[in-house]
Amino acid sequence: MNVIFLSRLQFGLTICFHYIFPPLSVGLGLLLVLMEGMYLWTKNPLYQKMTQFWVRIFGLTFAIGVASGIVMEFQFGTNWSSYSRYVGDVFGSALAAEGIFAFFLESGFLAILLFGWNKVGPKTHFFSTLMVSLGSMFSAVWIVVANSWMQTPAGFHLVERGGQVRAEITNFWKLFFNPSSMGRLSHVITGCWQAGAWFVLSVSAYYLLKRKHEDFAKASIKITLVLAFISSILQILSGHANAVIVSRYQPAKLAAMEGHYPVNAPANFNLWGWVDGKEERVRGGLALPGFLSFLVSGKFDTPIKGLNAFPPQDRPPVQATFQCYHGMLLIGIALFLFSLWGVILWRKGKLFQSRWLLKLFVLSVLGPQLANQLGWMTAEVGRQPWIVYGLLRTSEGVSPILRSGQVLFSIILFSLVYLLLFVLFIYLLDQKIRKGPESHQETLHRA
Amino acid sequence: MHLDLHIIWFILVGMLMTGYALLDGFDLGVGALHLWTRTDQNRRIMLNAIGPVWDGNEVWLVTGGGALFAAFPEVYATVFSGFYEAFMLLLFALIFRAVAIEFRSKRPGEKWHLLWDVSFSVSSILSSFLIGVALGNLAWGIPLSDHKEFMGNFFTLLHPYSILVGILTVALFMMHGAIYIVLKTEGALHEQARGWVKNTMIFFIVMFAMTTLATLLYAPQMSDVIRTHPVLFLVPLLNILFIANIPREISKGRDFRAFLSSCFTVLTLMALFAIDVFPNLVYSNPHPENSLTLYNAASSPETLHMMLIIAALGIPLVLAYTVSIYWIFRGKVKLEETSY
Repeated sequence: MNVIFLSRLQFGLTICFHYIFPPLSVGLGLLLVLMEGMYLWTKNPLYQKMTQFWVRIFGLTFAIGVASGIVMEFQFGTNWSSYSRYVGDVFGSALAAEGIFAFFLESGFLAILLFGWNKVGPKTHFFSTLMVSLGSMFSAVWIVVANSWMQTPAGFHLVERGGQVRAEITNFWKLFFNPSSMGRLSHVITGCWQAGAWFVLSVSAYYLLKRKHEDFAKASIKITLVLAFISSILQILSGHANAVIVSRYQPAKLAAMEGHYPVNAPANFNLWGWVDGKEERVRGGLALPGFLSFLVSGKFDTPIKGLNAFPPQDRPPVQATFQCYHGMLLIGIALFLFSLWGVILWRKGKLFQSRWLLKLFVLSVLGPQLANQLGWMTAEVGRQPWIVYGLLRTSEGVSPILRSGQVLFSIILFSLVYLLLFVLFIYLLDQKIRKGPESHQETLHRA
Repeated sequence: MHLDLHIIWFILVGMLMTGYALLDGFDLGVGALHLWTRTDQNRRIMLNAIGPVWDGNEVWLVTGGGALFAAFPEVYATVFSGFYEAFMLLLFALIFRAVAIEFRSKRPGEKWHLLWDVSFSVSSILSSFLIGVALGNLAWGIPLSDHKEFMGNFFTLLHPYSILVGILTVALFMMHGAIYIVLKTEGALHEQARGWVKNTMIFFIVMFAMTTLATLLYAPQMSDVIRTHPVLFLVPLLNILFIANIPREISKGRDFRAFLSSCFTVLTLMALFAIDVFPNLVYSNPHPENSLTLYNAASSPETLHMMLIIAALGIPLVLAYTVSIYWIFRGKVKLEETSY
């Protein structure tokens, strides 16, 4: 096994594991702002109870997010040192800005959120919640900007220094607002909101099915269903905008996403299917003829560059890109339909009687988690064989002095500690959910 | 020597790393001392003394790493790929430590607590030691090729000098942590922690003397900058005065001033380290001409300039919330419902 493969495996492993948690923090953070805001506005203690319960869950996801994320900050240097030398000027700046603007804000105010109920007044506490939520979103901004620069580089020039080429910033704002950054940011953020919203829906629906904490669960569902519905619509809209951006700036990725081979022909849009690489077509799927051309250009007969327009060494892995993309897409549509169904039943006043829908809600927590992972895989696998699109190949980015034994060692180390983190996360989450919103202290007070 | 962008960034990255040593230093030290107290109650108090702040303290390391990447990408690339196993172990220890802090309190049971107590303590000691070993290697020098790549392996990094600095770091953090515990506790634990301060100070002073001697004897190039700029001799002098002030404040019961003295001890030690390595960031031993300096390892002047604006906007905010958090959580630790 070679160092490039192992380093990619390690990066995939660490980032996929890490990315379970940040979307929950971003989504729950926003919900905490809404819940605590409702409490300050209405003074209804139910909202305070809600805030206190979800803060505890937030604390847990945040702690594991930090613990798993610390690897991300350094992994570029350890395994991708040539990449780091090439992009430090640009990419490093975004990471540093994330640290200064987002992490300090989040971690500082989180202390007040978790431990400060008796130390500060309700308004200061709410302000802290607001800051934590903002911090988590700032973090997303800088990370998506940095990653988008790898997809659609802008605002830089290449400079040679001592036989070594690297990218240097020429225009910060062009870099920040590179062609894909804002479109991708909106798609990522709504994905995070969905992760938080469906998580809360799932737990609350579980309580209703078990006939426990019913007032609490109903109030939680009402707030989050609105967020889930709105963000699932925004998700589809921003997804469309991103596909248009991809068609313009990363045509090979778009071709792989739809398994489209002809050099220049109108392209179908598949709902699902299997890419046959030999016959160069999609089999066994449901294809809407010419619909991809329509989606990106408004006309059914607009020709789209297919994979054959690119030399084989410049094509991304087709099957993986296709399947990840379509998995994400189908889940996204399903989540929209679930939330629509929920909203319709709510309008009819039957939301809490439909055990079918509640059971679906319990399971649907997995939906955004899977879709977020698959979406990032589409973006990252679809960018291959480039680490910086069109500029630097992934194989050129790896640390030249690394040996495969070293990477294997770190993969084993992180697999162990991540497995442990995950088991404990699930165990503690289960405990917190079983214990429910009523704290031990409260029960004592009543007795 | 005029103050150019490169020197400003050398100082800024140094500040972030010093912030990390000052803050995470005491909570790593608390971890190292954790097993010295026996009862569950006292161990909980120790954990809760650092409870609201350790997460934020670690952010200094993460941001320091980001700043290093942005300002000196060559150092970021060379050091982290070169110190691969050591660094992976450090990350492993830091993650494991976070797990231990979070999970200890989540279940009753003596065995459960003991498991996480030992994990917390061992990972705190290992983290401190590895940080020290890394610093020791940067000071001593590591073999670099003319392509700025590290030529060696994990065992190249473990030599008497780097191990000495590793132990010195453990000692320093233990002393710093002990004083923090004195500051944050009352009653029997407070009295016990005063005893720790005495023992850890002896430990630290012995290690400090040995490291200083070894540096003067075996790494004389480290004193070059001070030799040519005698005014900088003030830094080690101040350092010694701060160290000497700690037992004085402790004996008078002025715990906060003792902790401040300890903070300044860490600060002056880090300043001394920065002066000793300047203008190198990674000293190449045996080929000094391959060293990474703050000029040949830096980002473009445009980036350094832009990052300076970001730092100027961000750092006052960071200091403001760091100070307010410590202010809100001032005073002695009380165990509450939301405690660990």
